[in-house]
Amino acid sequence: MSGGNIAGAKWFEQRVAEWRSAGARLRGLEHGKSAPAANVLEAVRAYPEIARDLALARREAPNAALTKYLEGVYRELHRSLFRPPAAFWRGVLRLFTHDAAAAARELRWQIGVVVSLFAVCIGAGAWLVSEYPELASLFASEKMIDGVQRGELWTDNLLNVFPSSLLSVQIFTNNIVVSLFALSLGVLYGLGTFYIIAMNGLSIGGIFAFTAQHGIAGRLFQFTAAHGFVELSVICIAGAVGMSLGEALARPGELTRAAAFQRSVARGFRLMVVCLTFLVGAGVLEGFVSPNGRFTLGARLAIGLGYFAFFLLVLSGALGRFTRARAARA
Amino acid sequence: MESIVRIPSVTGVDVELKIAGPGGRSYAFVIDWHIRFLAAVAWFLGGTLAYAGGLRMLPGDQIGAGYAFIVIVPSMIIYFLYHPVLEVLLRGQTPGKRMAGVRLVALADGGAPGIGALLVRNVFRIVDCLPSLYAIGLITTMVTKNAVRIGDIAAGTVLVYDEPPSSQLLDRLSGSAVARLGLEQAQLVRELLDRWQQLGPDARRKLATDLLARASVAAPGDDSALRAKLEELVA
Repeated sequence: MSGGNIAGAKWFEQRVAEWRSAGARLRGLEHGKSAPAANVLEAVRAYPEIARDLALARREAPNAALTKYLEGVYRELHRSLFRPPAAFWRGVLRLFTHDAAAAARELRWQIGVVVSLFAVCIGAGAWLVSEYPELASLFASEKMIDGVQRGELWTDNLLNVFPSSLLSVQIFTNNIVVSLFALSLGVLYGLGTFYIIAMNGLSIGGIFAFTAQHGIAGRLFQFTAAHGFVELSVICIAGAVGMSLGEALARPGELTRAAAFQRSVARGFRLMVVCLTFLVGAGVLEGFVSPNGRFTLGARLAIGLGYFAFFLLVLSGALGRFTRARAARA
Repeated sequence: MESIVRIPSVTGVDVELKIAGPGGRSYAFVIDWHIRFLAAVAWFLGGTLAYAGGLRMLPGDQIGAGYAFIVIVPSMIIYFLYHPVLEVLLRGQTPGKRMAGVRLVALADGGAPGIGALLVRNVFRIVDCLPSLYAIGLITTMVTKNAVRIGDIAAGTVLVYDEPPSSQLLDRLSGSAVARLGLEQAQLVRELLDRWQQLGPDARRKLATDLLARASVAAPGDDSALRAKLEELVA
């Protein structure tokens, strides 16, 4: 027996019980929201000791099963001990009262650019269809065109086809998918985002011009009045986030491309979570209010503009300032 | 050669995480895809059976809100929200990832990624699955240093192997065996004994003779005597 082996055996015999119990304790720490304080303290005590044992094991027997076992125990102890505290609802509140507004402020230039692009494309779509009415077929299906030519909107009998609840789910799902596409295609250096925003703008402008030619644009506006302000704003904001992703990849500045991209995604995503929540609300309005003939234009505008004002209140940070001021007074 | 991510720790001893490459990742994905597909189909068929009284396609005008919300919407939720929901609930794992022995971790600290990061990596599936069959995602995992897809780059996550530590071998290793053979040799003998039946007679004889020679013990000719000698060495 060599002296090294004897020292190794002594170390093994002294520590093996600790290694076993550390492994057993991990199961309790890893699962569930909280663990008994005694277990956590025990894990905090064991962590540096296991680190020292692992360093020895890596040096003495790098390929041994014991080293692999200690690697596993150390990895899981690290994961459990450095787990951030669960504060889900506090995080959600902070998102709505602070983070989204901060992200919107940082992205104000991109939002401005995308809104301008969207407005230009709406104008271009309207001009194209006004000048060349046959181009309406680029933006509307044959069935829609036939209906409009008879003076009917495709939205007229929506509630006879789908119940409001189902319509809402379909609409907000579709809008969320479009927004996420506009955002994630920003990874193509922003070009995918510009394409989606431009196509949506051209399509809206073209369809409004086409319905105007048949004297029913007012009815289409009436249909969109309750949900359109927020819906279109969210699509523009998704485009602005997508543009910022493309910008981070094209001009990462002092950061690496990956780091700039991650930073941009994290910032944009905070804003998008809030916007997508509002999009669900817009979908509900589009399912329950927009196709319902009992709502007058005035009522629709009041609902739509009121909802839009609340949206702006959140994104401008005014809601956050109000809640903080109230908390300070209390 | 396996790739490793090293996460610095306050102890000065880095946490080493083995990166799961395209193979491990695809294996987990295929398992998950089957689970979510079968679960969604099962819900759809079960719901249709209960709602329509038989397995038949309902005509469009008979698809009411009840059928849509009880049958269609939950099936779609199971299929499309399987990954984000389970990754959040299981802290970076899904049943497929568990079976494949892999787990998602945050690249910054090696811990479970936050809810935001998990949602981000799932949103970017939109890009990763383009143009079809996750082509972009698969190619990205092949060419990036940490074998990550675009969703992982965006979220700062990485997929690593995560076998839970098993103390089985530890339980059967004695201090006297370590003193006689050294840690590495003692474990090799223990592992050889564990795999004795799975190895062919020639292979186990060769390995056993080699290990006994390192311990300066003569190897007996008989197979069972050879095994007994090894047992004696690690007793």
